[in-house]
Parts: sequence; C-alpha cells; structure tokens
Amino acid sequence: MNTKGTYKPGANAVAQNGWLAANKWLIARRLAQFGFIGLFLIGPISLWVLNLQDQPTKGIWIVKGTLASSITLDFLPLTDPFIALQTFVAGHILESTALTGVAIVVAAYALLGGRTYCSWVCPINVVTDTAHWLRQKLGLEGGAKHSRKSRYWIMTAALAASAVTGSVAWELINPITILSRGILFGAGFAWFIVLAVFLYDLFAARRGWCSHLCPVGAFYSLIGHVALLRVSAVKRADCNNCMDCFAVCPEAHVISPVLRGAETGTGPLILSPNCTNCGRCIDVCAPDVFKFTTRFNNTTTERSETSCNTPQAPREAA
Amino acid sequence: MTDTRPTHAKGVNRRKFLADTTRIACGACVAGIGLGLYSKQAQSLPANALRPPGALPEEEFLAACVRCGLCVRDCPYNTLKLSEFNGAGATGTPYFVARDVPCEMCEDIPCVPACPTGALDPKLTRIDDARMGLAVLVDQETCIAFQGLRCEVCYRVCPALDKAISLERSANIRTGKHALFIPVVHSDFCTGCGKCERACILEDAAIKVIPLQLAKGQLGTHYRLGWKEKEQHGLAVEGIIDLPDRMPEAVQ
Repeated sequence: MNTKGTYKPGANAVAQNGWLAANKWLIARRLAQFGFIGLFLIGPISLWVLNLQDQPTKGIWIVKGTLASSITLDFLPLTDPFIALQTFVAGHILESTALTGVAIVVAAYALLGGRTYCSWVCPINVVTDTAHWLRQKLGLEGGAKHSRKSRYWIMTAALAASAVTGSVAWELINPITILSRGILFGAGFAWFIVLAVFLYDLFAARRGWCSHLCPVGAFYSLIGHVALLRVSAVKRADCNNCMDCFAVCPEAHVISPVLRGAETGTGPLILSPNCTNCGRCIDVCAPDVFKFTTRFNNTTTERSETSCNTPQAPREAA
Repeated sequence: MTDTRPTHAKGVNRRKFLADTTRIACGACVAGIGLGLYSKQAQSLPANALRPPGALPEEEFLAACVRCGLCVRDCPYNTLKLSEFNGAGATGTPYFVARDVPCEMCEDIPCVPACPTGALDPKLTRIDDARMGLAVLVDQETCIAFQGLRCEVCYRVCPALDKAISLERSANIRTGKHALFIPVVHSDFCTGCGKCERACILEDAAIKVIPLQLAKGQLGTHYRLGWKEKEQHGLAVEGIIDLPDRMPEAVQ
C-alpha cells in the first residue's frame, strides 16, 4: 500500500480516464443527496420568498414532509420502513397512506439496492464522508474498532426499546431525521447531534457511524439481501492490485470475496447486503474492473485485450 | 476427529465468536436500556405544549407519530411546530403553544388528513369534537373578572361562544351592590384551541389550556348522584302520588 498523506486513491483512474470519469458516481451521488434535500426545500423557500413579496400564497410544494414520511406532488406517499416497523412494535397500526408509502419505499430499494438509501439519499452520509475525507487528509488513524454487526444489535435494541416504551424510540436520537428536520424546519440542538456524528467519525472510529453503528443502515441492509441492482467486479481479471477500491469503499469487506473470487470459485457479483451501491469503486478503478449490473448477471468478462468495450487497449498486466 | 488442529482452531474461533457476540450484545443492551430510559424523560411533554386536533392520547400518539412534519406543513396559520431534539416532548413531534399561536379551528381540519399514520385520528371530521386540551381559569387571584372588573375577553373570543365559556353572575361582596361576571369553562364544549389563553389581557394568562389529563378530575366510580339516576331511569317506584306540600302562610 502507499503511504498515508501522499496516498490518493483514484489518482491512477484520474490520470487514465480524466477527473470527471474518475469521479462520476461521486458527483452523481452528491447531486442526488443535495437534490433530494433541495426538492424538500423548494416548498419552504418558495413560501418564504413569496411571503417577502406580500403575496398571499401557499408556496410551491414538490415534496412535503421529511425523510421519515413525505408526500410528493400531493400524490406519492413515501414512508421510512424502519420507523414504520418501530410504530408497529410500539403497538400502532399505520393508516393506509403510510402503509402505501412503506410498500413503495421497500419495493424501490429492493430494486435499487437496500443501502442505496445510505449513499444516495441520506444526508448524514455527506457528514460522515466529509469526516472520513478529513480523517485521511489529517492522517488520523486508530480509534475504536466496532464490529460491523454492531448495527444489527443496535437495530434490535432500538426495536426492543420501542416495544417496551411503546414509542418510536430511535427517532428520539436518529441523526438522519434530526438533520433533515433541522434543515427543513430550522434547528438549534439538532446541529450538536450532527456534530457528534462528525467528530465521532473523524476522531473516534474510522467509518464508525454509517458502516458500523447506524441501525437505519442495518435495516436497509436487510432489504439489500434481495436487491436487484448490484456492483459486479466484471473484469476482475484486469485487477492490478492497486487497492484503491478497498481504500475508498465504506464497506471494504464486501469487495475482497468477489475481487479475489476467481481462486475460490465465487462469482464477481457483490451480493453482500452491506454494499451501499455508492459506485466509488467504479470511479477509482483505473482498469474499469467494476460496473453496475443486476444480481442475475454473475458472469465475468475476459481480460480487456479481448474485451470489446475496453476504452484503452494498452494496459500493463500487473 | 483424527486431526486435532482443526478442532482446536474451531474451538478458538467459537470462543472468540461467543466473546465478540456477548460484547456486542451487551453493548447493544446498554444502548437499548439507555435509549429506553432517555425516552421516558425526553418524551414528557410540557403542560403548555398541546397536540394538534385529533391527536391520539399521548401514549398512543408516541407510538403512532413518525415525526414527518406533514401536519405542520398543512397548518395554514403556522400554529404547529415540531419539537426539537432536547426540546419540548419527544423529538420531532408536533405541538403548539396556545399563548403564542392558538389553533384557529379550521372547518376542514387540514392537519388531520395530512397525517399519514393515523397519529391524528382521521375519524375526527368536526373540529368541535377536537379535544386538544381544556381551558382552565387557573388564577382567580389575578383574573380581573374576579376583582369585579368587566373583561370578558376570553368569553368573547371563544369559538364556541356561550357553550365552552359562559359568564356566570354573582354578587360582588366587596362593593355590596355590583355583580361579578365570572367566566366558567365547560368541558363538554371546550376544544382546547387556546384562543382564550392567547387573548387573556394579563401579562401572564389567568386562563390557560392544559392537557386534559391534567385539567380533569375524576369522580369515584362508586358515586351515584341521585338526581342524575332519576333523570336516566325515572322514579324508583312508579305511581307514587305527590301530595301538595303544606307551606307556612308567609311563603304562600
């Protein structure tokens, strides 16, 4: 591995494919994350602007609500399934609007990949990604090592707490909805929760929150078991062992079984429910090993010399 | 079991697995208990924070509300607010403070159909049936009506005029010749909208809307009020002849 500080994962891909191509999924992801918040924000901002002009108005609303539950164009309900499950164990049967919203969300993530929520929608991901970026910049290392299974236990504990207290327990401290409510409705103390997650990921544990502790991510992992959209190490034969994908992957354990799977007879498809479909491995890989595909496409292609979709022909065989 | 090495390695792995699992499980237990205990304290709603119309009883409400803020968005008068982390009541749940902005009692109750979960009961279709709290004249010592001054502001602003608040006359003993016009709240009609509290002319309102469970007493179930029993069931024995009462001549 390269030395820290000077090591920039993805440098090879940038040199070979250009900056834009080597960051395309990251850029798309950030656009999506800010875009979703933006859609929520159109309502309150339009209301505020039109009120400044003293027009009696209801504002322009595209998406109303928060990430907990929302309604798009007064028509499409979406409800967070983990929160819905907490209301259920707390003893409440949801009305049909929320149930429809849960069904749509579960179906969508069963198609797009369970933890796609984490890397494409969740606003906390921007916070923890920033913390991780800074952690690398500052060359910080060490800290607490949690098991990646901790999140499932915390998820179970949150459900148990909901059942015992008869309330939606995780929502008292859920940084995701606290942050999204903070952005959409204004906040004071909410920023301390966000700051706590940021500092935790920066100093206390590498990729601590999203990849080890967050029970919402754990729940979306459960949906991810059946998810259709997958990343596959299609051209793993081309891998030059630069390790960039491991460096950028928030769930690095999902990569090695498939990238090194040729020896063990494992297919190239990343079937781990922890994969967030962030596509960063696709970005930083100079030999274009990875691509998005479906879970039914568990095949590899031959080395790039014989592959028809390879952009650059000459490449050193590592 | 001829080779001992795999068995040995397996034993170590199992031990490590058990140790790791126990550690995480205990950690999660501590987190869960902490969360449960915190929830008890964090969810207690201050007495001046009222739930929107149609809200289920507080315990059921906390199980049902997903903290999405849709009711807040659909409130045309910006009455409703979302509780902040570390703020009033459970994080993200809707409430209003009557002294700041009372409920305007919209006829179509837009906040209720906005609720996707039923935390605001969709069966509430008449706003007059809402019970967000109960107005109570908590301080007779400062209410100027009790000082013998004419005020009646709470009575006048009440949307259920003459039903939820009536003005009861009684003699002003201090002057011996004037009347007191005392506002009296009737829980059969008060929705807890809070307009009276908002309008109270005192620096700090003498009439306040407080949650029903704080505002109401409860009569022991063994009480039988004779006159009410009579209203419901009629006389204990049918066919009793009511003889004329012989009164002193002065009364006649």
